[in-house]
Amino acid sequence: MSILEGIFGNRAVEQQPPRVCKKCGAEIPYKEYVAHHCICTACGTYLRMRAAERLDETVDAGSFQEIDKKLRGKNPIGFPDYQAKLDKAEKASGLNEGVVCGTAKIGGNDCGLFIMDSAFMMGSMGTAVGEKITRLFEKATAQDLPVVGFITSGGARMQEGIFSLMQMAKVSGAVKRHSESGNLYIAVLTDPTTGGITASFAMQGDVIIAEPKALIGFAGQRVIEQTTGEKLPAGFQRAEFLLEHGFIDMIEERPRIPYTLAKLLSLHRRAADRA
Amino acid sequence: MAETKTAYERVQTARSGKRPMGAYYIEHMIDDFVELHGDRRFGDDPAIIGGIGFINHIPVTVIAMERGDTIEERMKRHFGCPKPEGYRKALRLMKEAEKFRRPVICLIGSSGAYCGIDAEERGQGEAIAENLFEMMGLKTPVISVVVGEGGSGGALALGVCDTAVMLENAVYSVISPEGCATILWKDAAKAAEAAEHLRLTSYDLRQFGIIEKLIPEDGKTDREICSELKRVLLSEITRLSQLSPEELLSARYEKFRKIGA
Ligand SMILES: [Zn+2]
Repeated sequence: MSILEGIFGNRAVEQQPPRVCKKCGAEIPYKEYVAHHCICTACGTYLRMRAAERLDETVDAGSFQEIDKKLRGKNPIGFPDYQAKLDKAEKASGLNEGVVCGTAKIGGNDCGLFIMDSAFMMGSMGTAVGEKITRLFEKATAQDLPVVGFITSGGARMQEGIFSLMQMAKVSGAVKRHSESGNLYIAVLTDPTTGGITASFAMQGDVIIAEPKALIGFAGQRVIEQTTGEKLPAGFQRAEFLLEHGFIDMIEERPRIPYTLAKLLSLHRRAADRA
Repeated sequence: MAETKTAYERVQTARSGKRPMGAYYIEHMIDDFVELHGDRRFGDDPAIIGGIGFINHIPVTVIAMERGDTIEERMKRHFGCPKPEGYRKALRLMKEAEKFRRPVICLIGSSGAYCGIDAEERGQGEAIAENLFEMMGLKTPVISVVVGEGGSGGALALGVCDTAVMLENAVYSVISPEGCATILWKDAAKAAEAAEHLRLTSYDLRQFGIIEKLIPEDGKTDREICSELKRVLLSEITRLSQLSPEELLSARYEKFRKIGA
């Protein structure tokens, strides 16, 4: 639990309040909640994991080294009230921005790792998120490391205007260079992955894994209904829908994901590294 | 040149039904244009016109969003909002241009990527993501021109370029002013106010260093604007054609890398 304690530093894990399932309302003691991978113990709903919780169950103990921890968002277009929103998000989430980046080992395999956190403004991508992920891919390219990304995001961050949109291109450039250097990128899509994130690095993985029932799409469901007047089919834009239409490689149960990542990372190890 | 119109006036001008779109610029700038159809995977999207032609005797590939003039044409082109097959056609033609070392000109003008069940089923997000990824490595000059409304990711899918150009009254934004106003104030009627905050005019984007060239429009005829755009395109093609593929890609990477760094 060292990672969780590090992140929830002000409050030890034992003192964390119970979590409430958004679907059935069950109250789950925090220790039990993380032991069950943040899946509701009563109804099985996948609740949204914090970056620290994901980190804790994904990486080999003691292997994570965070980078660019202090990088914060700015207000590049002087959008009204945005700085106050950032401050509020920082207090609420205990994070400086919507993504945590670093290097780690997963099942003994070295990798670059980024984990988005929806508690910070829905994991939306502004310049800080774009910059952190870009730097991670650049570092991984320089060090010949694969990248694993846990993705959740409401899309672009409106308050950063065109700067936010351009992060899609910026990150894509870094992913492209990483790819051309012969390195592996595994994207793990979690609920929800939408908008400009789906239209950039979420869909650029060599291997794309999704959690069951995760919402993954480009256009918002309400917007589609309003503009087309069409009724959305059952399961529309869910992970199972994307698998059926050929846009993801697999759906994995949450507890199995670290093992699947370890297996994929080791399968992609270069001949020279295997010796 | 000072800002003389409100942001929302420019949004309305950019969206005007009378404003020339892709087809007009092809007709007036490009000689011997041959249109090429289809993505070789699913279909042909009429919201994007793609093909090859000469600009002053230099062969170029042109990829242009087009919404159409008559209501029938607009229905057929679904108001210029590209579907996944449109973006995939665009990428196919860009790859063909790369093979023959031909510069690519992208003309952008659309409220955004098509929003619908079929587009999601065929991977709208994946199609845009693939364009961003591949355009970052395309070994031939790419010049993108926002001629109308540059709507979010659907515009950026043709916007990864070496030189970004905007017409004076074009706008380029992460979200429509109406969408922004709805999220902020639950009131789409406050779009004019949102437009100011979003900083989406050509002057804003030039100031931010997001675009390199601004083509003046006010007080000029469509033909005059078109010939000025042609002049800028020719000079950029000449400049970019002198770079090696490595120099070109490295400059393109840096152009986007510095945004919000
Ligand atoms: Zn439950």
